[in-house]
Amino acid sequence: MGAMPESAKMNETTVPPAPPAPSTEPPPRGKLKATNLNFYYGSFKALHDINVEISEKRITALIGPSGCGKSTFLRTLNRINETVKGARYDGDVLLDGSNVLGMDVTALRRRIGMVFQRPNPFPKSIFDNIAYGVRVNGMAGKRPMAEIVEHSLRRAALWDEVKDKLNQSAYGLSGGQQQRLCIARALAVDPEILLLDEPCSALDPVSTAEIEELLDELKEHYTLAIVTHNMQQAARVAEFTGFFLLGRLIEFDKTDVIFKRPSKKETEDYITGRFG
Amino acid sequence: MNRTARRNITNNVMLTLTGLCTIVTSSVLFLILGFLVFNGWRSLNLDFFTKLPLSAGEVGGGMANAIVGSFELILVAAVIGIPVGFLGGIYLAEFGGKTFSMLVRYTADLLNGVPSIVIGIFAWTVVVVKMHHFSAWAGGFALSMMMVPIGLRATEQFLRAVPDSLREGSLALGASKTRTILQVVVPAARQGILTGMILGVARIAGETAPLLFTSFNNQYWAKNLDEPTASLPVMIYTHAISPFDDWHRQAWAAGLVLLVLVLLANVACRWVLSRGMAAQRG
Repeated sequence: MGAMPESAKMNETTVPPAPPAPSTEPPPRGKLKATNLNFYYGSFKALHDINVEISEKRITALIGPSGCGKSTFLRTLNRINETVKGARYDGDVLLDGSNVLGMDVTALRRRIGMVFQRPNPFPKSIFDNIAYGVRVNGMAGKRPMAEIVEHSLRRAALWDEVKDKLNQSAYGLSGGQQQRLCIARALAVDPEILLLDEPCSALDPVSTAEIEELLDELKEHYTLAIVTHNMQQAARVAEFTGFFLLGRLIEFDKTDVIFKRPSKKETEDYITGRFG
Repeated sequence: MNRTARRNITNNVMLTLTGLCTIVTSSVLFLILGFLVFNGWRSLNLDFFTKLPLSAGEVGGGMANAIVGSFELILVAAVIGIPVGFLGGIYLAEFGGKTFSMLVRYTADLLNGVPSIVIGIFAWTVVVVKMHHFSAWAGGFALSMMMVPIGLRATEQFLRAVPDSLREGSLALGASKTRTILQVVVPAARQGILTGMILGVARIAGETAPLLFTSFNNQYWAKNLDEPTASLPVMIYTHAISPFDDWHRQAWAAGLVLLVLVLLANVACRWVLSRGMAAQRG
């Protein structure tokens, strides 16, 4: 996405639609907490002293300009960043109070699912795409696989579109369907948290709207953290928003506070489209 | 003469020149094919596929043992060469560090460029001399050394072409690295790897030099892989340099058969691949 259309959108963002009023609900519980988290790619320090708490069964959005560290932060939470050579961190990431950095990484990633920027279905059938994660985690056999697949696809609002072609290749689906398949695939292993790394940036507006609607349903069951380039999207879907700039978390608050009364000048400059 | 006319002449001259060179290049292939078909076809008969070669000077006989022998040699070479190349390629693409991978890649390219006669001498030294006799094992070993670098580079190249997003997608579901490679990355590169392997087989099927003093030759059926074994390329060589007209005739026939076999392997491979691709697209 180019810089121009985004900054055009930003001006409309100054009065975002109000997110669901949480006043009547009990305060959310912290699910995933980063304390004094630093991250390095070799000698480059990509994250500086991040302190943030992600609330259970809420949507948290992370916004900021390209290269600000928001994706790096997200990818630290399920430790998928470890696959990059020279990656290193210090500080803590606590999942329900226990440190993620010391956990068995495959068990951790079963609990924290991830959806990527571009839909990345496996070169397998739709059915096998969903079943793959269940099989590799040794969860097959507890329930019939067909049941798990149907349940996951229903949750991802894809079942009706694909129920007659489960044995066909996932590559035959449209981009938006593929992305929902990837969400279903992540849900199939019954995670507690779903990390979404700009899940709509490769999709058209209609598919984007479908995914956003889906996210709103998913927060009933899952804790969601979404990195997005699109500030309107953050304003539409998220209850909490964090603003990243140059590897630092500048501000973190309720979404309407971030967009209406940000306390930092950098945040205000960004959301009013003065840079980025 | 004005500028435009000069340019037009230059253009026409160059166009003719490049066109001629293209025709020369492709016509060489068709000349070879034409010669083979013309000379080989009239020499082909049922005897060629079913009979053993006769003694020098006698008319008739066939090359049944050489056809079977060639298959045996290719089989031995593939059984050694394909796994080594495939697993080595996986290591290079998925595990190897930068410097080490570069070294191995470079070595593989050098091995690929080693003259095949040298590979034959090497196999003779380490296998034939140790065993004290020629055998299909020795020939297959020599051919496998020509296959390994081809399979290795093909595997590595096609695994590298698999986007990292697929690897991450699998790892993010809690899959181990081994599982990710075996069940996501390799299947995604399957068609390319298979093509590379078949090209490797096609490449070694016609090799003569590595077989001259490894599997040697045999006028009769080899009882097992431990005996000197006849093969089509070596038969072509011995028959073509002989002074007998009937042997020359048979050499042409053997050349045609060898070419058709390699072509068939290629076509079969492409057919399998295109079917696989159609299935994947749904």
